[in-house]
Amino acid sequence: MDKLSKENKEYLIKRNTNEYEVVIGLEVHAQVLSESKLFSTSPTKFGSEPNTQVSLVDAAFPGMLPVINEFCIKQAIKTGIGLNAKINKKSIFDRKNYFYADLPQGYQISQYKNPIVGEGTVTLDLPNGEKKIGIERLHLEQDAGKSIHDIDPNNTLVDLNRSGVALMEIVSKPDLRSLDEVNSYIKKLRSIMRYLGTCDGNMQEGSLRADVNVSVRKKGSKELGTRCEIKNVNSIKFMQMAIDYEANRQVDVIEEGGSIDQETRLFDTKKNETRSMRSKEDAHDYRYFPDPDLLPLELDENFINDIKKNIPELPDEKKKRFIEKFKLSPYEANILVSDIDTSKYFEEVSKNSDVKLATNWITGELFALLNEKNLEITESPISTKNLAKLINLIKKGTISGKIAKTIFEIMSDGDKDPEKIVEEKGLKQQSDPKELEKIIDKIISENPKNVELYKSGKDKLFGFFVGQVMKSSGGKANPQLVNEILKKKLN
Amino acid sequence: MSNISDFKLFELVEKIKKKDLSSKEVTNAFIERSKKSKKLNSYITENFEDALIKAKQFDEKPDFNKKLPGIPLAVKDLFCTKNIRTTAGSKILENFIPTYESTVTENILNEGGIIIGKLNCDEFAMGSSNETSFFGNVQNPISENLVPGGSSGGSSSALAAKLTPATIGTDTGGSIRQPASFTGTVGLKPTYGSCSRYGIVAFASSLDQAGPMTQNVKDCALMLEVMSSYDDKDSTSVDFKRGPYLKDLNENIKGKKIGIPKQYRVDGMPKEIDELWTKGMKIIEDNGGEIVEINLPNTNYALPTYYIVAPAEASSNLARYDGVKYGFRSKGENLIDMYEKTRSEGFGDEVKRRIMIGTYVLSSGYYDAYYLKAQKVRRLIKNDFDEAYKKVDAILTPSTPSSAFKIGEKTNDPVSMYLNDIFTVPINLAGLPAISIPAGHDKAGYPLGLQVIGKAFDEQNILNIAYSIEKNINFKNNINDWWIN
Repeated sequence: MDKLSKENKEYLIKRNTNEYEVVIGLEVHAQVLSESKLFSTSPTKFGSEPNTQVSLVDAAFPGMLPVINEFCIKQAIKTGIGLNAKINKKSIFDRKNYFYADLPQGYQISQYKNPIVGEGTVTLDLPNGEKKIGIERLHLEQDAGKSIHDIDPNNTLVDLNRSGVALMEIVSKPDLRSLDEVNSYIKKLRSIMRYLGTCDGNMQEGSLRADVNVSVRKKGSKELGTRCEIKNVNSIKFMQMAIDYEANRQVDVIEEGGSIDQETRLFDTKKNETRSMRSKEDAHDYRYFPDPDLLPLELDENFINDIKKNIPELPDEKKKRFIEKFKLSPYEANILVSDIDTSKYFEEVSKNSDVKLATNWITGELFALLNEKNLEITESPISTKNLAKLINLIKKGTISGKIAKTIFEIMSDGDKDPEKIVEEKGLKQQSDPKELEKIIDKIISENPKNVELYKSGKDKLFGFFVGQVMKSSGGKANPQLVNEILKKKLN
Repeated sequence: MSNISDFKLFELVEKIKKKDLSSKEVTNAFIERSKKSKKLNSYITENFEDALIKAKQFDEKPDFNKKLPGIPLAVKDLFCTKNIRTTAGSKILENFIPTYESTVTENILNEGGIIIGKLNCDEFAMGSSNETSFFGNVQNPISENLVPGGSSGGSSSALAAKLTPATIGTDTGGSIRQPASFTGTVGLKPTYGSCSRYGIVAFASSLDQAGPMTQNVKDCALMLEVMSSYDDKDSTSVDFKRGPYLKDLNENIKGKKIGIPKQYRVDGMPKEIDELWTKGMKIIEDNGGEIVEINLPNTNYALPTYYIVAPAEASSNLARYDGVKYGFRSKGENLIDMYEKTRSEGFGDEVKRRIMIGTYVLSSGYYDAYYLKAQKVRRLIKNDFDEAYKKVDAILTPSTPSSAFKIGEKTNDPVSMYLNDIFTVPINLAGLPAISIPAGHDKAGYPLGLQVIGKAFDEQNILNIAYSIEKNINFKNNINDWWIN
């Protein structure tokens, strides 16, 4: 059976003579990047001491009322624009009623029938081309607090720091068909939101989580199968594992003559399996109704337009520009635009040096370095200024590519200036033909046997001479010139 | 010499400003009378000691520019008051002491008012007789064993008994106007959005509105001026020009068109009320106003609409009282068990009844038939008023379909209890302002009120009309201090 497929080939599950297609839809919960909460002025800083970022509103004290945070509204609109989606001029905050210890109000304020953002699309960059994924809606809602079950043996503790933090729930259409597409979709959403500064996309801190809807159907079938919803999966890897498990489970059920019950399931990351949480019959009746503490949210055309005007260049446009203006391949452009900080780094370096070399050095040496040291590009030990300088030294022929690698290594320790390194260590490339001729003549005269062998047809020995010259010059000889002169002398 | 507690609010303000009386003297007088009036059970929490300290502080550093300079006031226990216990008349908040102040009480404090205590009310303001309070019945000072109305029953009782020179209540379906009517006092429910709801224990968010309860219309104008403010902590607060209600108060109603809705002439309404209503119309005409018959065709649907919308919102608003964060908590085997026991033991029957009604009407499968339908009818009721206000400036009706009833008389018949609100509920559904003023007595000698309903944000107009009626009607409350020991 085909598990996690590496390339973008079709993700099909085979059983006996049947092939099943997997249909996936995601409900991504993205925490809005904002100083304060959706309906209160409490700060939203992650990792603070429990219950230190809680206002009377967040803790639902008697008589406390929600007041919409305009910044969060703007963030949602921005995101909607980034998803090429319709911004609804009128949206309504509803109450979703249920009891839980970390839900102080006894209801979550969310948008039910009238979300702030309607249908849109996200374009995935897949190895075999682009694919458009439909967005059903984006709505704003409050996050709940956290119940902590493992600190006290007898009690559950509640931390309300997260209570009331703004979330955007981004619901996709059931357009995803493989684990790779899920990966690509989440990364693309994350990329767009990071470009817009509307969500930091940090999955470890829980700022991006997803509910995953999975169904299967026989290949070629047009009808959707019954779906199961897997709640609250917080990494791409777990999403993929959960989907793979769940899709196979559903296929097994169908192959055994059973049918799928619509239900909510949980993914157990330790056992790598999904478990039934509640069936459709047991589904909560949330008794949604418009929150009477909040008036319908009505947006002015100008308000939306002002936000539109200030939308930065997004990954798709940037990619297009990189391809057209810099003549990058789509593959290279993808790598450089997918993360906003990488694209910023690249633009900074290429602006002051050479685009092609900048592309190669960033995606090659720099990425390897960051990977090795486990650093983000924003923490890069080499500044854009110094990388540009290094590239310029290569471009001007002051140093060879090989020497550049040595210098790069030295630079990575404390962001040293490459020009100074060249100066101090005398690493300037030897490009004076007369000087090179001297070295070459010396090598030729010291190796008469090899000269004879070469002349009698052993072409491979040419490399030996180049090596000797480079060695003798301490690696500084301009390899192109060495080639030219050697060829002249030996032939 | 008359007692200090016999003075009306405005008179006391004048006397303090003229230094005829000190805040301490006034505060002490009302506290002393309150202490002798325990039989009424008007108070849930007394704040006497603290109030006397505040009064002394005021006298040491008086600010006579304040609208309520050193004036003692007892307030309904639905307003959260910083460091003073706030119960909402419920066991579930029996020991709740807020760390914050409601905007309305904050406004009162800012104008020099001093809180002398928290007044009894129906549990979470759900009731029409103050009999649902966890802290017991309240006596109407008019007569022993008579209800003071509800839900602001402690307020009306304390006011009529002169335990406080004025007070504040909240009105979701009549909870200010009906108790005012039952006790021969003045009560005004402002336009929805006039007084901030911040810090008021919520019953039904889209209907709740705080308002003044006073001995006369002038005091009412003064109190409204203090209470009403735009508040960005309440998203439903409306930023409109709030008049200097007291300064602009006048009894000139010449040329005003006053509507009489025929639908308010309900079956079985006592003759005295009908006569009172006619008397009100005559006063208006005698003073140059014009009586116009109007049509409010959906009036009949107001009560059922109200008893869907209000419980629906209440069922959700009261979900926060779950024993987790504050207030009463019962021991349970697990979380669900704890919830069930806490809420079963913490809430009284009427509150539970409304939570269940509210939960039912919001349930999937019933939502469209009840809640959504009720919202549509609510819109029609509002349209009725909009239509009427094309022809008239204000509307005159009785405040209640009967006078005060005996304690226990209606406790086993919730529907008959709900019918009490028949004249007041439509106004909350439409979000309009209305004032109840005492206008006469029934044959038992119990007070009866007339209600003047205004256009949205037109409080000044109904205050003026009420002022005119008040001047001409010469109402006098017959209270003989029977409870004083």
